[in-house]
Amino acid sequence: MTELICIGCPKGCLLHVDEENDHAVTGNGCKVGATYGKKELQNPTRTLTSTVCIRGAEIPRLPVKTDREIPKALLLDAMSLLDNIVVQAPIILGDVILQNLLDTGANFVASRSLGLHEEEKHD
Amino acid sequence: MNRAYYDVIVVGGGPAGLAAALSAREHGAARVLLLERNASLGGILNQCIHSGFGLHHFQEELTGPEYAERFIRQLSGSGVEVLCGAMVLEVRPDRSLCAIHPQRGYLQLRAGAVVLAMGCRERTRGAIGIPGTRPAGIFTAGAAQLYMNIEGYQVGRRAVILGSGDIGLIMARRLTLESASVEGVYELMPYSGGLVRNIVQCLHDFEIPLHLSHTLTDIRGDKRVEEVEVAQVDADFQPIEATRRAVPCDTVLLSVGLIPENELSRAVGLEIDPRTGGPVLYENRECSLPGIFAAGNVAHVHDIVDFVTSESQLAGRSAALFVPEKNPRRCLHLQNGEGIGYTVPQRIRPENIENNVEVFFRVKKVYKNATIGLSSGDTLLAQYRRERLAPGEMEKITLPRKIVEKIELNKAILSVKEGISP
Repeated sequence: MTELICIGCPKGCLLHVDEENDHAVTGNGCKVGATYGKKELQNPTRTLTSTVCIRGAEIPRLPVKTDREIPKALLLDAMSLLDNIVVQAPIILGDVILQNLLDTGANFVASRSLGLHEEEKHD
Repeated sequence: MNRAYYDVIVVGGGPAGLAAALSAREHGAARVLLLERNASLGGILNQCIHSGFGLHHFQEELTGPEYAERFIRQLSGSGVEVLCGAMVLEVRPDRSLCAIHPQRGYLQLRAGAVVLAMGCRERTRGAIGIPGTRPAGIFTAGAAQLYMNIEGYQVGRRAVILGSGDIGLIMARRLTLESASVEGVYELMPYSGGLVRNIVQCLHDFEIPLHLSHTLTDIRGDKRVEEVEVAQVDADFQPIEATRRAVPCDTVLLSVGLIPENELSRAVGLEIDPRTGGPVLYENRECSLPGIFAAGNVAHVHDIVDFVTSESQLAGRSAALFVPEKNPRRCLHLQNGEGIGYTVPQRIRPENIENNVEVFFRVKKVYKNATIGLSSGDTLLAQYRRERLAPGEMEKITLPRKIVEKIELNKAILSVKEGISP
């Protein structure tokens, strides 16, 4: 039996996961906890968020996120993929910035729309 | 636009202002103006690039910028007028405002109702008086978040974080992901100030230690921070000599609390509640002057943006429906009993309650199996059970109208105690 705190929502339920009984979860307030408890002990995953360089926008960084959770062990490797990416404005929320990162099937997508900055338009 | 009249003017274009402006429009206000001092809407959400927003409101997990963009998109088709780059200088009791704007100059505006949605600011080193030198490398956590996530600077390589507020925890993870090392998070109180999920996913995931009942007793360094001295504190929060130790680092982040930004509110003469740091609020989020409303972090600091949104929708609706001289007379005062840090609203006018009223509150310490009681005179009117209560987690109870009507002498006391009452 392992105790875990669910990160599914701000409530933070204290979960009990029974490894000897098909990772059965108790203590969860909703179904998110049941899924999280099972997965956390077998294959923990996280959504990764960061930023990449953007040119032509009002600000120099575009926020990005993985469009699905990736294995926790790959977080730092996934981060390093973003180091040399430079995108050009305009960008629409949801635009794919990097496909199928580390063969996880997840993509980095833009999490904000950034238009072409007025001053850049006249250049 | 000079001397222009609007039914509702909203001050601040963060999550509170966005929700309030939309809600005012949806509830019949014909002319709604949203004033934002920044160049773009969204407020602090734009730098909160992590996910975890919107679980209540949208039933999905969004990042801060995504959450903001949902509202900004709704706004563009709503008929709400938006003016970015506008700094409101003054709100007056007659609900006129003055503001400045780089292109439009000095603006004088009149409003049927005003919604204050200016948000909050971070407590700084000066506010908590950490001794030591004044080198570069000391940031509030939110300032560091802005530099990293919007402006693209790495703020340091080896960081110590004072305070376990949510922004500090989020930044501990963010720094680690950007290949800085975080030596530890030091929290004065014996419990964390942040949400428990953030302790797990920001600290435990990256093996960052959390030192409860600890503080910074010195910051040392000439041009740049070189080390800090930390110490454990006793029950009176005094550093214990024998526990003082130096921790080498080049960066100190402070996550030591947020203060509602109420310069405009004070100047117009709104009654301020010293417990929340925001205006005293009625059930519909009206302040002590008629027709001026407040919602979001300007009123009291929230943990979760979804609660900011719902509170601001209420304020926007109330502003749209505001009719001068129609305010009900009878007013109940909600007082803080044992264990309660504050409540919002602080005052309730029963005539304004349709079915029930939600009362938000914070407790002063951690409780397990707590019983929350509302009493008036010698009568216990209602009881609520909670498995766990903590100062870092805002709670709410829902009072049905028929309970509110039982309140005697216009005064009710909310209190909390450990254990189950008979």
